[in-house]
Amino acid sequence: MSLEPVAYVRTAPEPEEPPPLLSRGGLAWIRANLFSSIGSSLVTIGCVALAAYLLPHLAAWATTRAIWSATDGAVCRQHQDGACWAFVVAKWDYLRFGSYPVAERWRVDVVEAIGAALVVWLLWMNAPRRSWGALLFFVVYPIVALILLRGSSLVGLPIVDTLLWGGIFVSLLTAVVGIVFSLPLGVLLALGRRSPLPVVRMASVVFIEFVRGVPFITILFMANNLLPLFLPEAWAPDRLLRPLAGIAIFSAAYMAEEVRGGLQSLDRGQYEAAMALGLNYPRMTALVILPQALTLVIPGIVNNFIGLFMDTTLVSVVGVTDFLEAMNNAIKDPVWAGPTILTTGYVFAGIFYFAFCYGMARYSAHVERTLAKGRR
Amino acid sequence: MDPASARRWSWLNDQRARGLIYQALLLGLIGALAWGAIDNALINMRARGIPTGFGFWNDVAGFDINLHLISYSNLSTYGRAFWVGLLNTLLIAAICIPLATLLGFMIGVARLSPNWLLSRFASIYTSIMRNTPLLLLLLFWYNAVLKSLPGPRQSISVGGVVFLNNRGLYLPMPIARDPAVWFLGAVLAAVALAAGFRAWARRRQDRTGAQAPTAFVAAALILGLPALVTAAVGPPFAFDIARLSGFNLKGGLQIIPEMAALIFGLVTFTAAFIAEIVRAGVLAVPVGQVEAAGALGLHRGLSMKLVVIPQAMRLITPPLTSQYLNVIKNSSLAVFIGYPDLVQIFTGTVLNQTQAAVQVMAITMAVYLAISLSVALALNAFNARYALKGR
Amino acid sequence: MSDFSAVADRGDTAIRFTNVHKWYGSFHVLRNISLTVGRGERIVVCGPSGSGKSTLIRCVNRLEDHQRGSIVVDGVELTDDIKRIDEVRREVGMVFQNFNLFPHLTILENCTLAPIWVRKMPKRDAEELAAKLLARVKILDQANKYPGQLSGGQQQRAAIARALCMTPKIMLFDEPTSSLDPEMVKEVLDTMTALAQEGMTMVVVTHEMGFARQVADRVVFIDRGEIVEVNAPGAFFDHPQHERTRLFLSQILH
Repeated sequence: MSLEPVAYVRTAPEPEEPPPLLSRGGLAWIRANLFSSIGSSLVTIGCVALAAYLLPHLAAWATTRAIWSATDGAVCRQHQDGACWAFVVAKWDYLRFGSYPVAERWRVDVVEAIGAALVVWLLWMNAPRRSWGALLFFVVYPIVALILLRGSSLVGLPIVDTLLWGGIFVSLLTAVVGIVFSLPLGVLLALGRRSPLPVVRMASVVFIEFVRGVPFITILFMANNLLPLFLPEAWAPDRLLRPLAGIAIFSAAYMAEEVRGGLQSLDRGQYEAAMALGLNYPRMTALVILPQALTLVIPGIVNNFIGLFMDTTLVSVVGVTDFLEAMNNAIKDPVWAGPTILTTGYVFAGIFYFAFCYGMARYSAHVERTLAKGRR
Repeated sequence: MDPASARRWSWLNDQRARGLIYQALLLGLIGALAWGAIDNALINMRARGIPTGFGFWNDVAGFDINLHLISYSNLSTYGRAFWVGLLNTLLIAAICIPLATLLGFMIGVARLSPNWLLSRFASIYTSIMRNTPLLLLLLFWYNAVLKSLPGPRQSISVGGVVFLNNRGLYLPMPIARDPAVWFLGAVLAAVALAAGFRAWARRRQDRTGAQAPTAFVAAALILGLPALVTAAVGPPFAFDIARLSGFNLKGGLQIIPEMAALIFGLVTFTAAFIAEIVRAGVLAVPVGQVEAAGALGLHRGLSMKLVVIPQAMRLITPPLTSQYLNVIKNSSLAVFIGYPDLVQIFTGTVLNQTQAAVQVMAITMAVYLAISLSVALALNAFNARYALKGR
Repeated sequence: MSDFSAVADRGDTAIRFTNVHKWYGSFHVLRNISLTVGRGERIVVCGPSGSGKSTLIRCVNRLEDHQRGSIVVDGVELTDDIKRIDEVRREVGMVFQNFNLFPHLTILENCTLAPIWVRKMPKRDAEELAAKLLARVKILDQANKYPGQLSGGQQQRAAIARALCMTPKIMLFDEPTSSLDPEMVKEVLDTMTALAQEGMTMVVVTHEMGFARQVADRVVFIDRGEIVEVNAPGAFFDHPQHERTRLFLSQILH
């Protein structure tokens, strides 16, 4: 059946109108997201009820009913319905430095300040001369930090035994050492795993899969107990150095997998262009491949750092006093003993770790977005 | 150099020759390091009187373990202690993995919900869990929650059958009675019948296109048949409920606080990661797939079952198995709260008492490596079979 | 009101838009759309990107919803009623720009999925139907392969066969050749032309003007959410009346 074509030409434009009331703005959003169906409405009511019950309670515990200043635990024992923040305030120096001698604590502050400045330099995407920063951070800074923290008669700084180190600065130290050593080692392992030479590849694979297949605690035990046995008597490693070695090895294996992911996602064309230009393997890797691959995996590296920072809590099993262990010790102080101290201490520790890790995670997401924009 | 010698040495520039040289050097280096390490180890161990063999395996342990699935006493050997620890590790894994999967999937689905409040609550949960160290969670559960429960005489009771106090969680312990055999038979029969019905319904659908409610029928059978049998022959289990006797509760199934804390901590922690994996997997299925399914007339339930979930499961499975491995590895944190798992017993107490560090560590790592490798192999086989086929 | 009532009076309309408005948030994407598509009619919808042409045809099978006005498809009015939506989707087939074949099923399984689960066909009948249609689009030999193993042109033809397996009364095409390499565009257009010649009601969003000239009964030009001009292809391309139509045609036909 044939249809006559029906022609039409517009004579006047259609005016733009605002959407109907129920379809726009706040009301529409509420309808779609909270009450889109009977089930959804019930869930909304349930959630609101739960929040209304819990939130005021928690907020009051943490703020209005909490004790903010006191000289010992007596006040907190009297008011058991609120947090005892006074305890945290009183213990703050111990939580930061452990038993590091009070007179020498400025050295820790200096090391932390330099480290923070270097990290900001490295992670700020548009910073000038970042390769200088990398050199400083990975080579010069560890040596400087070691001298400052440990002390050396050459420089006139009294020696502070690692037994006294503890608290937040030890947590940061272990995490930063982990990253500093694991990045070069991880890059080598990743390159080794992609090598066409079977022995190199085998060695890398075996190392990576071995370290990733066992719990972190066993690596720490291995470093702590076996390292003194495998090294000659004269080289007996320091009690802090052993777990640091374990952390470096552990982190390197996971870093290797991140870097490998970056290398794999790099376009094959980059390799081919570099080879066509006559670059040999070391030059191609250093000048073309690694800069791109490492930029790609910065979010992965930051995630590794976050995970490592949380894993450093495990070093207390070999006798190192990290932040969590310092908190555990602080809680046992009889002067402050009371039913709210434990909860207060752990909640504070949780907030500390959460703030640090969440902040780093947001940074990593920001970097990922920036990089994605550049790679349209 | 003159052309003749240049030719003689030109093989050094050959890529293959160079490769062989590098590999030989690396092998030599590794060999030298290994030799040096073993040599030093033997010297040091002999000097300190540390046993170099595995003789300690049959020595008497001399310590107690408060949770053992096989018989154990302080007269048992170190070898037996090893098996007790290993079984305890596997027990925790067997309990935590299904629970974490269940909770993780629930939270993942909540995270994907169109209800904004539910999605936010789930998101807050995963954010907190993923940014808090597991050790802190375990210490919190153990010290702040379980240790601060009242003593046995003031136990918190749920319905008069479940009790909670600072000695642990007491559940009713099922004790089989005579009708248990019938009950078991009814359950097995129900499962077989449900499977048979499903196969029959599928064949009928192929033949005539008619669909049957297999899920309902299966549920009705598995719930109904055992219930009928119970009504006819009597209850299959009697429950031993804990009773206060003196200063303690006796009877019932006691879950020690160390185990309860480990389970709560591991399950809530791992569930957050599983939730994110589920969410990422479902979101990774392109929206065009759902649109195409809808355009074909499939309603939401069918399009989930036939199109979205099969594709999402392929994306979810590898990271999910990786999380299961993490549960097994993370269970080693038991050493901090005193749950007697493999690490706590073997690399803790046994290593301290025998000083046989090298042997103990080697055995422990071999166990974990065996578990990791077998899971990795299984995952590889799964991937090979189910990966989406491309050109 | 516009002059579509002539076709409407015949009583055999496939799709009728009446004063349809749609907003994305506060963006007025479809403005007062009124259009009638008769049974057996072939409509080509064209317009610049962002004009709302894809949104328009996605409203026909409720992949998008409208906030004002009415859309009646095959006698059924489209509302939030799920039963009605499913009814409409059974009778309307859609072919997408990026094929959207199910990668975990073979081509044959892609085609038989909906007939088995929605029309409740026995498996053998569904497979027979699928084989017939796959032969018609000339890819029967690929039936047991997976979508990832086919070329773009083959995938799109498979997608057409998949939609046809539901024996729809209306077929919608959303830029079916835009994702294809040039040498594969012809094979898909040939398939669509053959379909048109068999009398299928088709609404096609496309830039392929040669196809429009050859196959379409009417060409609809949409710009900024409003229908600007509708005419038979000859008149549309040779004597565009509205200046916006003239501008658009000058940009794409160079």
